[in-house]
Amino acid sequence: MSKEIFFMKGNEALAEASIRANCKGYFGYPITPQSEVLEYLSEEGVKRGMVVLQAESEVASINMVYGASGAGFRVMTSSSSPGISLMQEGISYIASAELPCLIVNINRGGPGLGTIQPSQGDYFQSTKGGGHGDYKLIVLAPSTVQEMADFVFDGFYLAEKYRNPVMILADGALGQMMEKVSFTKTLEQNLFDKSSWTTTGKQNSRERNIITSLHIQPEKMEEVNLHLQKKYKTIEENEVQYELINSENMEYLFVAYGLSARISHRTIEIANENGFKCGLLRPKTLFPFPHKILEELSPKLKKIFVVEMNAGQMLEDVKLSVEGKCKVGFYGRMGGMIPSPEEVFEKFLEFQKQI
Amino acid sequence: MSEEILLDEKIICEEFDCVWEKPETLTENKMHYCPGCGHGVVHKILMEVIEEMNLQSETIGVAPVGCSVFAYNYMNVDMQGAAHGRAAAVATGIKRMLPNKIVFSYQGDGDLAAIGTAETIHTANRGENILVIFINNAIYGMTGGQMAPTTILGMKTSTTPFGREATSQGFPFKITDLIAQLPATHFVTRQSVHTPNAVRYCKKAIQKAIKYQKENKGYCLIEVVSNCPSGWKMTPLVSNKWMEENMFPQYPIGDLKDNGILITKKEFTK
Ligand SMILES: Cc1ncc(C[n+]2csc(CCOP(=O)(O)OP(=O)(O)O)c2C)c(N)n1
Ligand code: SF4
Ligand SMILES: [Mg+2]
Repeated sequence: MSKEIFFMKGNEALAEASIRANCKGYFGYPITPQSEVLEYLSEEGVKRGMVVLQAESEVASINMVYGASGAGFRVMTSSSSPGISLMQEGISYIASAELPCLIVNINRGGPGLGTIQPSQGDYFQSTKGGGHGDYKLIVLAPSTVQEMADFVFDGFYLAEKYRNPVMILADGALGQMMEKVSFTKTLEQNLFDKSSWTTTGKQNSRERNIITSLHIQPEKMEEVNLHLQKKYKTIEENEVQYELINSENMEYLFVAYGLSARISHRTIEIANENGFKCGLLRPKTLFPFPHKILEELSPKLKKIFVVEMNAGQMLEDVKLSVEGKCKVGFYGRMGGMIPSPEEVFEKFLEFQKQI
Repeated sequence: MSEEILLDEKIICEEFDCVWEKPETLTENKMHYCPGCGHGVVHKILMEVIEEMNLQSETIGVAPVGCSVFAYNYMNVDMQGAAHGRAAAVATGIKRMLPNKIVFSYQGDGDLAAIGTAETIHTANRGENILVIFINNAIYGMTGGQMAPTTILGMKTSTTPFGREATSQGFPFKITDLIAQLPATHFVTRQSVHTPNAVRYCKKAIQKAIKYQKENKGYCLIEVVSNCPSGWKMTPLVSNKWMEENMFPQYPIGDLKDNGILITKKEFTK
């Protein structure tokens, strides 16, 4: 594969990556700031053999993904916060029926209709299940346009490996910004044998395949739950991904993902110029969350500072990992506001001074 | 001598007495439907058609949420269970990826005409090349007999204890008539299965719809006006009579559209 370099919007890079990752079907509904995914695939995807359908709603599109994934195909949808809220019922069914698929959430400010500006207010609805019942998505958080593309390949791979829905959780800024990107990853079409569960027409050689999330006997339903929990445990053990920046001799650790991580990266540079020893932990997977590294690092640190574009959602996971072994501070902007690195530095200074 | 007679009986039973055989496309599972309920009959004729047309290996069904939520326990074809109301979207997803397979959804009135109205209408409006089987029993059977969008005026249910009243509860929703108006729909018919004759007509309609799907003709809908003896609190016999007298005038039996052409004069069979 040639290492051609493109200059693309995050949404377009993600869409292009999905074609290159052999995604065979896309079902979506327009919503700012992610409509470019549907638009790009309606032209490029269709030209290159992808089934692309503009559904009547996000409720419909996620259920089309259910049907198409159940038929054995690599498929995806994308939306932004209000649309993801609508999909939650379908995502719960998909998680229960163990259907691999990719769901992209280009997070915008809420609650309600909110704003079309970038936000990280969907951390809870993305990483904690989101719909009814005990289930988890694998959640990937890109922070560059390059990762918007790369995580599509990783996402489909993980989805199929674990038969689990995967979400790419980015924000409006990452969807809209243009950066250089190259498509170096590949993903084989038939990674895993799906014939034991997909509905493609019952052959004489096998029993009928049934895709369902209904188990009316509580004993059976509990078994399904135990199986899912075991799977999530395996995912937690094997699939954690993060980036640790400037960690040598650090006294303070920033924790941030996505756009907040880019901002915090600049903030720690400012802080270090001002004589502080700051590092940055950037989770790439929000579920599974990098609990272990935080647990290991926290006793050696003076303080931890969490930066998010919400009211403090990942903050809860950081505190759970640290278990009181280190003081944890937080700064967040909400409703589509993006903090500047200098602003974050000021807030860090205030927090650093507190006893 | 007695041995000889026994042997004869065996021969007779084996070779001549078989009037109906369970098709391969129906499983051995005992159906959970109430005695006299139309669901079981529709399952049976649908699966007979799939077998007769040799399509078991080509067919994927979508079960709804409603009394027929366990349709996949009885239908011996690959199946998916959809969320309440979403069967048409699930079927769309399957058919778009597997355009050469036969895809059907099987849905009740609450599933298809209340919570799933948007999916139903838009699937029809896109002319998805699928068959939708719509069991209209004018009630929510599974949840214990509440009002359905198709409940007729004056009809008592657990949520219309004084009878459905138009000003506050709206009119019976004739969604099949609406679907017939959409340019992308190919075959839209209303049938019943309460007499042997009706069963034959209904089965013919299913055969036709599957044939159309094989020919890529597009969206087909078969509404089956059906009884719900338990929800209606009637014996099966009384429920069938009540259905003829009260449901059929609201939901006349016959084709509404065939070959993409609306049929204006509706045939009304009693
Ligand atoms: C989202 C959601 N809301 C409500 C229900 C409860 N529910 C299950 S079946 C049903 C009605 C089914 O009625 P119908 O579609 O007419 O099927 P029938 O049982 O009459 O065949 C309802 C409301 C549900 N399962 N999911
Ligand atoms: S409740 Fe009604 S629809 Fe459901 S099985 Fe019984 S008779 Fe049939
Ligand atoms: Mg009903």
